[in-house]
Amino acid sequence: MSVYEAVIGLELHVELATATKLFCSCPNEFGAEPNTNVCPVCLGLPGSLPVLNARAVELALRLAEALDFDVPDRSIFARKNYFYPDMPKDFQISQYESPILSDGRLEVDGATVGIERAHLEEDTGKTVHMGGGGRIHDAEHSLVDYNRAGVPLMEIVSRPDIRSAEQARAYVTELRGVLKAIGLSDVKMEEGSMRVDANVSVREAGAAEFGTKVEIKNMNSLRSLGRAIEHEIERQSAMLDAGERIIQETRHWNEDDGTTHGMRTKEGSSDYRYFPEPDLTPVAPTDEQRAAVRGALPELPAQQRSRLVALGVPEAAARTIVEAELTTYTTSATVSTATTADVANWVQGEVLARVNAEDADPEEKLPAARLGELVDLVAEGTISRAQAKEVFDQVWGTSKVPREVVKDQGLAQVSDEGELAKVIDDIITANPKESDAYRAGDDKARGKLQGFFIGQAMKATGGKANGQLLKKLLDDRLG
Amino acid sequence: MEHVARLARLSLTDDEAERMVGELSGILEHVEDLAAIDLDGVPPTAHPLPLVNVLRADEVGPTLDREEVLAAAPDAADGRFRVPRILDAP
Repeated sequence: MSVYEAVIGLELHVELATATKLFCSCPNEFGAEPNTNVCPVCLGLPGSLPVLNARAVELALRLAEALDFDVPDRSIFARKNYFYPDMPKDFQISQYESPILSDGRLEVDGATVGIERAHLEEDTGKTVHMGGGGRIHDAEHSLVDYNRAGVPLMEIVSRPDIRSAEQARAYVTELRGVLKAIGLSDVKMEEGSMRVDANVSVREAGAAEFGTKVEIKNMNSLRSLGRAIEHEIERQSAMLDAGERIIQETRHWNEDDGTTHGMRTKEGSSDYRYFPEPDLTPVAPTDEQRAAVRGALPELPAQQRSRLVALGVPEAAARTIVEAELTTYTTSATVSTATTADVANWVQGEVLARVNAEDADPEEKLPAARLGELVDLVAEGTISRAQAKEVFDQVWGTSKVPREVVKDQGLAQVSDEGELAKVIDDIITANPKESDAYRAGDDKARGKLQGFFIGQAMKATGGKANGQLLKKLLDDRLG
Repeated sequence: MEHVARLARLSLTDDEAERMVGELSGILEHVEDLAAIDLDGVPPTAHPLPLVNVLRADEVGPTLDREEVLAAAPDAADGRFRVPRILDAP
């Protein structure tokens, strides 16, 4: 058996976050009643003419800045001709030889993934197959909803620079973060606003030539993307081991049985008879347009992570926080660098759990400054971490202020050394056997007995004793 | 000829096909004339007019009434266009 290396390229389709469709002023919205967001242009009625949405061009220029794309002086649209009822015109307006962006790149965990091109095109309508179990092959007829026809899409095509399923997932995760940060799309894979197809081939490790590539479709989550690629790598490796030839084809991922299966061969590229769209003028971005976009570009995920790490947030926490779009919340809650790591811990723990469970804006539920105050209460020794959790539960979603909750409920921990010394002394006197064992014990025995003494002290103080101080006092006496 | 006719979903009689072959050949020969001209450094013309960046603002406009739209379709059901089965039986 040979050792194989996978070569993977990914094609992403993302729906742009515009108010209207790409070539007409129908609303671009998800979930409307079928065929209510339609007009003569997106229905392809005779005499109607498309006009390009300015916002789509602006979003493309933002992407150019974010992924270091070249912006050609001019790009044109093309008609992709095919007969399928998901497009009423019997063609889809796309870009072919002359995309709006070319030759970009994205850093993914220290490696650079090249991006060949990104182009604008219109989405197709939604088809439901009736009869025969809802499958196109056995259907009796189909029903079509054109609300999605004409919705703006950006297709982003990577170079075959990806070498594993894991790296493919990391690339999509990073790219999704960028697309979200620049406001290009809401990139919800489950709702179909981001779709990913993978081109996968394998070759003997070290070979210079690429193997025959297979395109896999129909992955609707990052997890299924990874699984589908892994499965395809195994399938192709096994075929090569058995001396079989890989056929260039499109395969469909089946989530239920975890395999890919071949689809019917589609019309080849030349059969689409691409030709320049005569009804749309070329796009020629001006220097002014590009400068305006450059000046207003939001901070990208990689920059957000570096900023958080520079503030003292651990790398893994920074990744979680940026992905959850809680960067601003975290930095607003951070008053001093001494407590940054603590703040990050709260954000990626309690705050993120609440945000996910309640689909809430954290700033509305607990203003960042109040989270900072809560962290400070622990840092300065006023309350314990366990008490802080209690306070958090009380201030989240209410207008209560942490410091006042602590005061009102007498939650403050006892940090008076004299008072706690007396408590410890009493416990030592009352438990001579444990005290002797502590004096004589090794670290392990002491660790266990420490729990006993601290527990007793907590009981005596109603859980309010400062744990750190108790440990110190115990050590002073028995250590 | 058959392939091109199939892509355009045209069904031609034998007579029509024969006539079209002649006409298409004439068109192709005419295009061949271009090969005689030196076109080095001449960019392909996608659009004859010197217009670029004809754009519209991203503002929502009126949509059509669904009943009216579907009334113009050969068939409709459940608020959608009803179309015959898409793939031929295997």
